[in-house]
Amino acid sequence: MKSTDMIRMANQIATYFKSYPHDEAVAETAGHIKSFWDPRMRDALYAHVGSGGSGLDDLVREAVAVLKRGSAEGQAIR
Amino acid sequence: MASIKQMDYGTPERVSDTQVTLDIDGRVVMVPAGTSIMRAAAEAGINVPKLCATDSIEAFGSCRLCMVEVEGRKGTPASCTTPVMPGMKVKTQTSRLEKLRRGVMELYISDHPLDCLTCPTNGDCELQDMAGVVGLRQVRYGFDGANHLKAEKDESNPYFTFDPSKCIACSRCVRACAETQGTFALTIAGRGFDSIVSAGAEESFMDSECVSCGACVQACPTATLMEKSVIEHGMPEHAVQTTCAYCGVGCSFRAEMQGDTVVRMVPDKEGGANEGHSCVKGRFAWGYATHQDRIYKPMIRERITDPWREVSWEDAIGYAAQRLRAVQAKYGNGSIGGITSSRCTNEEVFVVQKMVRAAFGNNNVDTCARVCHSPTGYGLKQTFGTSAGTQDFASVDDTDVMLLIGANPTDGHPVFGSRMKKRLRQGAKLIVMDPRRIDLVKSPHVKAAHHLQLRPGANVAAVNALAHVIVTEGLVDEAFVAERCDPVEFDRWRAFIAEPRNSPEVTEPLTGIPASEMRAAARLYATGGNGAIYYGLGVTEHSQGSTMVMGMANLAMATGNIGRRGVGVNPLRGQNNVQGSCDMGSFPHELSGYRHVSDDAVRSVFEEVWQAALDPEPGLRIPNMFDAATHGTFKGLFVQGEDIAQSDPNTHHVTSALEAMECVIVQDLFLNETATFAHIFFPGTSFLEKDGTFTNAERRINRVRQVMAPKTGKAEWQVICDLVTAMGYPMHYDNASQIMDEIARLTPTFRGVSFEKLDRLGSVQWPCNDAAPEGTPLMHVDGFIRGKGRFMITEFVPTEERTSRYFPLILTTGRILSHYNVGAQTRRTANVAWHPEDILEVHPHDAEERGLRDGDLVSLASRVGGTTLRAKISDRMPQGVVYTTFHHPVTGANVVTTEHSDWATNCPEYKVTAVQVTRSNQPSDWQVQYESDGIQRRQIAPASPPQAAE
Repeated sequence: MKSTDMIRMANQIATYFKSYPHDEAVAETAGHIKSFWDPRMRDALYAHVGSGGSGLDDLVREAVAVLKRGSAEGQAIR
Repeated sequence: MASIKQMDYGTPERVSDTQVTLDIDGRVVMVPAGTSIMRAAAEAGINVPKLCATDSIEAFGSCRLCMVEVEGRKGTPASCTTPVMPGMKVKTQTSRLEKLRRGVMELYISDHPLDCLTCPTNGDCELQDMAGVVGLRQVRYGFDGANHLKAEKDESNPYFTFDPSKCIACSRCVRACAETQGTFALTIAGRGFDSIVSAGAEESFMDSECVSCGACVQACPTATLMEKSVIEHGMPEHAVQTTCAYCGVGCSFRAEMQGDTVVRMVPDKEGGANEGHSCVKGRFAWGYATHQDRIYKPMIRERITDPWREVSWEDAIGYAAQRLRAVQAKYGNGSIGGITSSRCTNEEVFVVQKMVRAAFGNNNVDTCARVCHSPTGYGLKQTFGTSAGTQDFASVDDTDVMLLIGANPTDGHPVFGSRMKKRLRQGAKLIVMDPRRIDLVKSPHVKAAHHLQLRPGANVAAVNALAHVIVTEGLVDEAFVAERCDPVEFDRWRAFIAEPRNSPEVTEPLTGIPASEMRAAARLYATGGNGAIYYGLGVTEHSQGSTMVMGMANLAMATGNIGRRGVGVNPLRGQNNVQGSCDMGSFPHELSGYRHVSDDAVRSVFEEVWQAALDPEPGLRIPNMFDAATHGTFKGLFVQGEDIAQSDPNTHHVTSALEAMECVIVQDLFLNETATFAHIFFPGTSFLEKDGTFTNAERRINRVRQVMAPKTGKAEWQVICDLVTAMGYPMHYDNASQIMDEIARLTPTFRGVSFEKLDRLGSVQWPCNDAAPEGTPLMHVDGFIRGKGRFMITEFVPTEERTSRYFPLILTTGRILSHYNVGAQTRRTANVAWHPEDILEVHPHDAEERGLRDGDLVSLASRVGGTTLRAKISDRMPQGVVYTTFHHPVTGANVVTTEHSDWATNCPEYKVTAVQVTRSNQPSDWQVQYESDGIQRRQIAPASPPQAAE
């Protein structure tokens, strides 16, 4: 996937959930990505965040942090 | 097998709490008040002679053949127009009636050709039958006087003829066109003896407004309106009940047969979805099933530039299994996947998704709903708790206000469109929210109360404005919300929607809808009685498709328009089995019954039955598959009955992805556009060869019955079983019924479904389980599936696809009545007579600015690609918006559409593409390339000559 497409898709999700209280928005954005994105797409997103996350909404970065933390702890987020 | 003739009770059924008891020919009969004497008699097994009456239309009382005697009444009233009364005593057969009927028949026959033996309707003619019933033995008047015997035939319609010499002016066709279809294309021209059925203003049927639904042909009691297929082949000798394979209405049909040849398809009066009505596609456009383009033998090739080579099933399956496993060995387990088809049965879809999950070992399965109604699945699940419409079609009969958004039912879902029109003629109000002036905005005897002609891409702003009015003007059904909905979610939604930025006045510049009109529409929906929302792809195919679905669900909950007849939120599904293909677990994140793959408990049930470990992670969606293919991580694809190279957006991207794959398998009737990129072709079966079920837009599971053996030698599900068995995962079923049994075992909403039950009941609507053994016509009656209804915040976010100096117009795409989806089926029928090519509708102002005239070739270009097609000047679209269809591959409408998609589901944004239109005199570069590649990539190597015997 082109990174521009990945960034746009992730930001679209964050933009939707931005209307909710911050913590909820972060959790919902993370949950949506976890529920609907294939692992290789998530890995690409993690890698992009890891290399600076250029173009990504802050909410996506926070969601990725939650996802990575959940992944490390073996938690399922839906 | 069904009998050829269905019982005709003469007049429609009446429903009443009051029962009336009367005496007919000495028999005591009890029927609902309002029933005609004719129907009461028929229900008691007494068939009163009739010609102008049939039970699909209201009584007319013109033929005077159905006269009866009623004790205590003067004269001989027509039994079709006389309602039953308590204590009435009726005689249907007396010497006086016999004499009168014989006289009436004598007059009819005096102006009717006596060519019964060579007449195409010989054996199925009501006039002939009635002549026999009344004992007609002579016609005293002769043919010397004026008559209609030499009246000219109209053979302009490709599917039926109109022979006025055989017309008895009973008006059944005229009334069927008006009452059943609602087109009002037919009338009786002239007076008295000169009375004649006329299409339009005495035009040919093809030149008139006739939509070729077949209702007139169905209603005709003689050979006046006759299917050309019957004229050609003769009368059928048996019938098989089955289900249409076109749109999501899912009409029930009787395939009327001679041996294993279909003579005609007749809509089934017992059909739960269509109740005896049909459209031009289902009724007539079935010839594709035996079209010369069909491929009956499996084919393979090493490279997509090689010619195809016909091989045995065994060789094709072995080759496919070997190539798929080779791809996995080289690129990893997740490098292959499959796409299921909404044109295939539930059973066929189920085995394909099972193949991907259990044999491929991943969840890379998706379905064509990705590009149409996936936002419906997401949005309704979030708000109501399940991914389906709330009502049955019959519910609209109790609707007072229809809110129709982004759908064009008279073209896309014609049989339901007719039902809507019927209700509108009875007085229901209509609000249309659509950029395009669809036919329902104004057509005979139908006029929308409000046409909210919004700008493409402004759906969410518009639905928010409607909700704002409902909330700020105190129109919320507080009792419903308090009882049925989550209070926390509701309170924050109410606060959000009440903000002034969501008001009709503030959103007017975004939507283009005058605030006063928006306010009036909102008040009508909220206060006009039962309000029902119907919607189509004009809602879902946007970057905010899912948000819009949730916005509509919010509206319905806020006004209490959920959980009873006449209300609800109703997606009009595009293809025949979109609902079913989604139900069957075709989405990469969900197993059948919409349960997430990460749910360990659910997965373990499947693992036990399937004897395979299942991946708990979601797989790739269709657009993600294309992205992964171009990125080199996705290399093999099984495509069941879909034509992604034509139907999916940004054709360049799709075809590049297909070219990048090392194993593409297509299972289809024809060498479609996707097959030009395939390495293996498995010939598929038409709906006439299938045994299984389709699930329509109202969750109705209908039986699809085999009327002829598979012309390929194998059912499609058998091919899948053979393929996965060759891949090392043994899979076997004796028949399709066993597959449904497995679906029922694994899917709580289908637990009570079986072929035996469907054959017994006709159809059921899921959920069908212990709690609802005969199905569930209406959902969320006592509570939402998810418990409390969840209001979702629906902030308007403009699409990133914007017009510019270079691309100043917005293109939106859709479909028309005579064609279906990519046209693979309908282009191979006489339906091309109505729509031989895709055309671009351009507003007169935009045309004038560009110097375009009606019929000009024009270049249609977006930032991703361009094509050339013919323009039609039309003010159905607002200025600044152009419209086309995608039924013809040579047009390449999706060469122009872009990668933008719905935020939640990746459903493509077909409805908003910034384009420019200019005059042209040549095909686009893409079209030139398409023609040359298509010819090369469809070549089939000549069969090897048989070896001479040694």
